[in-house]
Amino acid sequence: MLELREVEVYYGGIRALKGVSLTIADGELVTLIGSNGAGKSTALKTISGLLRPKAGTILYNGQRIEGTSPHHIVGLGVSHCPEGRRIFGQLTVEENLRLGAVQRRDRDGVKADLERVYGLFPILKQRRQQSGATLSGGEQQMLALSRALMSRPKLLLLDEPSLGLAPLLVETIFNTIRQLKDEKTTILLVEQNARLALDVADRAYVMETGRITLDGPAAELKHNPQVEHTYLGT
Amino acid sequence: MNLVYYALQQLINALSIGSLYALMAVGLAMVFGILRLINFAHGDLMMIAAYFAAFALFANLPLPLAIGIMIVGTILVGLIMERVAYRPIRGAPDVAALLTSFAVGQILQNGTLLITRLLQKPSPLAFPVIGILSGVFAFGPITVPRVNVVSLIAGIVLLVLLSLFVTRSNLGLSMRAAAEDLHAAQLMGIDINRVIATAFAIGSGLAAVAALLYAVQAGQLTPYMGFTPVLKAFIAAVIGGFGTIAGAVVGGYALGALEVFLTAIPGIGDILPPGLVSPEVQTFLKTWLPGSLTSYRDAFVFVALILMLLFRPGGIVGRREREEMQ
Repeated sequence: MLELREVEVYYGGIRALKGVSLTIADGELVTLIGSNGAGKSTALKTISGLLRPKAGTILYNGQRIEGTSPHHIVGLGVSHCPEGRRIFGQLTVEENLRLGAVQRRDRDGVKADLERVYGLFPILKQRRQQSGATLSGGEQQMLALSRALMSRPKLLLLDEPSLGLAPLLVETIFNTIRQLKDEKTTILLVEQNARLALDVADRAYVMETGRITLDGPAAELKHNPQVEHTYLGT
Repeated sequence: MNLVYYALQQLINALSIGSLYALMAVGLAMVFGILRLINFAHGDLMMIAAYFAAFALFANLPLPLAIGIMIVGTILVGLIMERVAYRPIRGAPDVAALLTSFAVGQILQNGTLLITRLLQKPSPLAFPVIGILSGVFAFGPITVPRVNVVSLIAGIVLLVLLSLFVTRSNLGLSMRAAAEDLHAAQLMGIDINRVIATAFAIGSGLAAVAALLYAVQAGQLTPYMGFTPVLKAFIAAVIGGFGTIAGAVVGGYALGALEVFLTAIPGIGDILPPGLVSPEVQTFLKTWLPGSLTSYRDAFVFVALILMLLFRPGGIVGRREREEMQ
């Protein structure tokens, strides 16, 4: 479904992605793990069109999308739930969700999906007229994830969904991710919590300073000594 | 009862001038909200609008058609300005954008000057008299210039429409989202070029209506007439809370009220009916608040602006800085 080939991204003179290649098949849950500054978020931003690669190609269902503007990429079925949630604090919960479906023209479908995410996270329904800024961190993450689902994505990019959340909330979010996976949504998950990510993923890539250094089935990587030592702390 | 009528009359004046300031400030605020660009050419856009209206009326076009031409023409100029001058420097430092807006203003002024010279029109150019906007309305003992009543109504109607647009429509919602977080808005699938063009178009259209009403009151046009309105709009937007539509509207009416208050209070001692206050108070008012203070009105407005920036930099509706940092 998605393929990155030798993608190079620069921030000014700094080379943030140094020839990154990865693939995600239909219905797969792939995780990208690595420490701070490894380039994981940069990779996601490049896929969703916020950043333009200087070299390399990005294929989405066989179509080249590097350099396409973000709203066209959303239109193709890619939804990016960004790091730090980035919900619209001055807008209500429901307005945030409506924005997630801003390109859709099927009103009834949007309504049905609104009920679907309210079913996933009933607390959001209770707070639907509240402004986003009044939500707790966990509720904001639920909102960010729900908002990303409102476009009915074929490919979901999740950036650090567990960041700064209490363990119980992390579990709620990851249960939802498992549920999405069971529904055959293709997911690229960026996580610092490698243990959680490897538990839920089919395959994994390990990134270090802008390069992919390891990849393989998640179950195997979990027992790779190097991964155990660096990312699992065992 | 004289005083009650006087107060009512001043209230209508305040609301009418506040409507004009609000209409002007909204365009500045929408563009700043999304792009962090203080578009000082906004005033020159108003000047262009007034010239469009004047030329359409000189050509003996009926008033609704002239107004239509003015609004459409101004929106087009606003869109061209965004496309040609501001889009290429999007993402550049704020100061580059600010300087660009001054340059755009100069180009609009000199372009207008050139065209009026070529057409051998005088400068200043007398604005044609519009029948239904001249004269006064008399409500019993209160008389109010018609143009003030029309400004008040036009302002309220347009601002209500604007608020419906930004809360009900998807495009309006996208605009508010883009003002809050441009990148997140892009990730929603919002086409920011479209949203920014919409902000410029709406701001230009509202400025055009304000410009017409302003020109009727001023009575004459010059290519440099945009400076005072854009300054007032800027002050209004800052007082209200810069970068938000609500702030621009509140600030517009607050500035209108402040100006009318500063005009109405000096000289109050002269119009108080005898016997309402003691002669000592009347003498005090006449001595300390003479009518001649009115000419210092703008100075007092700037004092108010400075106090606002010192004690509540977020504006009337804005959150305090401290809250935003948390």
